[in-house]
Order: sequence, then structure tokens, then C-alpha cells
Amino acid sequence: MPEPTPRKDDTAISTAGAGGAMDLALDEGASLEQPPGPGRSDRARSLWSDAWHDLRRNPVFLLSGLIIAFLVFISLWPSAIASGDPLACDLAKAQQGSQPGHPFGFNGQGCDVYTRTVYGARASVTVGVCATLGVALLGSVLGGLAGFFGGWFDALLSRITDVFFAIPVVLGGLVFLSVVPGTTVWPVIAFIVLLGWPQIARIARGSVITAKQNDYVQAARALGAGNSRMLLRHITPNAIAPVIVVATIALGTYIALEATLSYLGVGLRPPTVSWGIDISSASAYVRNAPHMLLWPAGALAVTVLAFIMLGDAVRDALDPKLR
Amino acid sequence: MGRYVIRRLLQMIPVFFGATLLIFLMVNVMGDPVAGLCGDRKCDPAVAAQLKKDFGLDQPVWQQYLTYLGNLFTGDFGRAFNGQKVTELMGTAFPVTARLTLVAIVFEIVIGISLGVLTGLRRGRPVDTGVLLLTLIVISVPTFVTGLLLQLLLGVKWGWVKPAVSPDAAFDELLLPGLVLASVSLAYVTRLTRTSVAENARADYVRTAVAKGLPRRRVVSRHLLRNSLIPVVTFIGTDVGALMGGAIVTERIFNIHGVGYQLYQGIVRQSSQTVVGFVTILVLVYLVANLIVDLLYAVLDPRIRYA
Repeated sequence: MPEPTPRKDDTAISTAGAGGAMDLALDEGASLEQPPGPGRSDRARSLWSDAWHDLRRNPVFLLSGLIIAFLVFISLWPSAIASGDPLACDLAKAQQGSQPGHPFGFNGQGCDVYTRTVYGARASVTVGVCATLGVALLGSVLGGLAGFFGGWFDALLSRITDVFFAIPVVLGGLVFLSVVPGTTVWPVIAFIVLLGWPQIARIARGSVITAKQNDYVQAARALGAGNSRMLLRHITPNAIAPVIVVATIALGTYIALEATLSYLGVGLRPPTVSWGIDISSASAYVRNAPHMLLWPAGALAVTVLAFIMLGDAVRDALDPKLR
Repeated sequence: MGRYVIRRLLQMIPVFFGATLLIFLMVNVMGDPVAGLCGDRKCDPAVAAQLKKDFGLDQPVWQQYLTYLGNLFTGDFGRAFNGQKVTELMGTAFPVTARLTLVAIVFEIVIGISLGVLTGLRRGRPVDTGVLLLTLIVISVPTFVTGLLLQLLLGVKWGWVKPAVSPDAAFDELLLPGLVLASVSLAYVTRLTRTSVAENARADYVRTAVAKGLPRRRVVSRHLLRNSLIPVVTFIGTDVGALMGGAIVTERIFNIHGVGYQLYQGIVRQSSQTVVGFVTILVLVYLVANLIVDLLYAVLDPRIRYA
């Protein structure tokens, strides 16, 4: 196989003989569903290299990956494709439609909609990526520890996650962000991490409990492995797949949540350039100048769609049972 | 069954207190509960101090929370920024949102489950691919964008429905807002039903039912659907709470004076009593809906017995 395999494979295979056997079993399960392709080698592949093998051939993954790569590029270097200043506005041009040099027209303040749509990607991508990283880290550490050790910590954590699930998300966001205001993305990210971690914690907890009962973990314990070694070398590589899947799909929904909160006026605030803010201000003029609404809304929809499709593709690749 | 219900009710208690405490702390400790009482200007420090003393806000937080809970259980939810009783606001707001949620749930059940069964039985055909693609798009486009676009197209451009809802909020006016509110969940219900139906269609009991000569209609409705709906019922049940809380966006778009509208006003005007009171009720709705779902399991799936 010419492509470099992710580093995780090596650890997954080299952890223990029994671990390799489990991966082999998964591989066989997968090959029952799918006839072996032309380039399929006989080497026993781990869940990870098998998933990567599938992903590279999945058009949905390639398309969404391409869109996401483009989004990351324009959020890092927006000036590469938009030469104007998103905050430079000319009231005389307010609400005007498309014209040469300004393909998307102008918004209610006379700012260039194209420039603002390009610059708006940065806020969405930052919120999505940072919030997902925070949620995944906090959730998987707390949930994983609860699932591994059990006892009072597990009971307490389960009750705490119940509490967070009972609070409606948009509502919690309105309350939290109205008392923690700010024009930057950080209050929004903090809120999403605060309300999002229980979802991942539940997944991680269940996944660790399943992995804990495997024979190779019992074997490692019998051989005298300590808690940290068991967690890091044996359980984590075999329990992390569901967390990655849920986190990827959640990334798209976090971007939508940020836009919704910005639309309600509590998320990001001007002068930060954000699709949510632009959609909110455009909604007042939607009868006369729908282009002001459609461009940022379209960009938002494509972004969320790309991340959800990526999550779907990753799930299909990582969970052969779901096929 | 009785013991199970009691155990579930006991489990609800810490969740209820935890969720209300969390919102209470956010509003009253991190925020400034008297700031909204002076209108748009900032409160004079002396006035603010006097107001805090009058409302007992100079006491420790745990004591404030206990006092608040004590008042709640005697039916006193406090007053909004303009002196109106919060219970009065609830009396006008909750029926409106309840109707909106009901419309949304009906859409979810009727359209979501029908599409799910249709696609689940025709997996891989064009209709299946088409519906799947449609659900993916609906899930990806945030509700407020769907709402604004549908309002623009159906309400303003084509004039099929009224773009805004009158204060009475009759059922026929709530059709479009209900569809918008339901849209994302509708897509999830479709996908969930599809997966579940497709999975169960291969089950032995379905083959048996077909083999013993039952008409296809009966196989689908009595054997396949009843088993496939269990995860769907869970989803719809837990969705009731989420829909009522998520109605904020839909109610803002269509100018519906329901729970979301009152909550939004409460937050904008920093009326802490309104916010905490409404959230408390929403949390209760969520908990009760979840309890009902768990009890419904036993009805749908006779294998589940509650001791």
C-alpha cells in the first residue's frame, strides 16, 4: 500500500496479540459486506487502516474533504480570494445587486457581500473546530474515566449529564451569552464546550465500558498492567472511534448553533464578521434584497453540510456493523 | 410497573434541581438581576442597593435559591420587568407554544414516519436516494435559514400563507411555523425510521409473516412497523422538550407570542424571574416527556417488563 497509514494503526496492532486478533475479526466482518477490491492486500489490517482504505474511495468523503479544505484555506487567508475590506462600507451603495467587481452585491450598510461572505468563514470554522476539540477532550476524558473506574464518580457524572441534557441548547445559549457578553468567538466556544461535553462523555463512557470487558484487557490486567497503561495502550485505541464519529458530526451542528445564536443577537457581535450576523441583518430587507440573505445563508448551509457528510462518511468507515 | 414509575420519579428530582440551579446561578449570580428594572439606563447605585435589599438579593445565593424554590411550590413565579405576574405570561404563552409543538410533532409523525417506511422498504431505489439527499440538506440548513426562506417564498412571494402569525395563533396559521420547527427533527425521524425498517425487514419474524401468507399491508403495519417504531418513539418523545425550547427561533421569525418570545423578551430585558420560571417549566416538560417515553416502551415492546 503506497499511502502512508495513520500512526494509530501501529499502536493498535502492536498493543497486544489479542488486540490484533480483534482487529482481524473486524476486518473479516467488513470483508463479508464488501467484496475485496483489486488493491486489497492480504496483510491483517487494523480498524484504522481499513477505515482509511474505505474513505479514500468514498466520493462523499472526498467531496466534503475538498470543501472543508477550501473553507480552512479561506479562513486562514481570506485575502487570497477577496481583496476588499469586509468593514469598508459605502452607504450610497446599500442594498444594490450584483455588479462588476462585486459579484454578490451590497448589504444594507453598503458593504460588499462577497467579501463579507468570504471573511465570515473564519468565525464559523474557528468556533466549530475549537468547540469540537474542547468538547471532545473534556467529554472523552471525563466520560472515559467514569466508564473505566465506575463507582461514585460514574454515578455522579451520569447525574450531571442528565442535568445538562434537560436544558434546551438555544435557551441555555441565550442565558449564558447574555451574562457573558463579548464580541469575540471565545464566549461562544466556552458555552458550546460547557453544554456539549455531556454528549461526548456518554458516548465515551459506554465505549470504554464495552472495551473494558474485552479479553485482551483482562489479559493485560492479569499480566500486571497498571491503570494508566491499560487506559492509554489498550482501551483508548479501541474505544475512541465512536467519539471521533460523534465529534465530527457535532462539528457541523456547532457551526449551525453559532450562527443561530448570532442570529438571535447574543452569539458573535459586530465588528466580528459572521454569517449569522449577516443573515440576521439581511432578514429585515429580505423582500427587497434577498441576495443579501441568500449568499451568507448558502455558505453556511454548504459548510454545515460538508461537516455532516464528513461525519457520515467517517461513521460508515469506522463502524462496519452500520453498513 | 408502579415501582418503576416511583424510581423514575425519584431520579427526576436531582435533575430538576440541578437544571434549575444551573439556570438560577447563571441569571442571578453571573448576571445582574436588578439591571432590568431601571429601563435602558444604568441603575443608580443607591437605588440598585435598595432594590437588592427589597428583593432579598443581598442574602447568600443558596438562601435566595431556597426562597425561590419555596415560592415556586406555592405557585408564585415572581413578576416580570413590567410588574406583570410571570404566571400570567405563562398562561398566555404556553398554550400558543403547545399548539405550535403539537403541529410540529404531527408533521414529524405523519411525514417523517411515512417517508421513513417508504424509503426503508425501497432501499437503494431512486426514491430512497432522493429522500436521503433531501434529509441531508434539511439537516444542514439551520432552522432560521429554512424559516426565513420559506417565509419569503410561501408567505411573501407566492402568498400561500400569512407570513406572520396573529396573537390568537390558530392552528391553520401555525402550519408553516410548525413545519419549520419540525424540519430538522423531521429529517432525523425519516432517517431513523428508514434504518430501523430496513434492518427489521430482514428479520425472521417478517419472513415468517410473509411465508404464512399475510397480506403485505398487514406485515408492514402490524409486524414490521410496531418493532421498527421503538427508537423513533424515543426520539420523538425526547424531542418534545427540545422543540418547546427551540421554538425561540421559529417564534421570532414568524412573530408568534409564545414561550420563545417571552423568554427572549425576558433575556433582553434582563427579567430574571421570567427566565428562570419559564426554564423551570420547560425542564419539567422535558422530564415528563422522557418518563412517558420510557413507559410507552412497555406498550410497544411486550418483551420489556418493568418490575
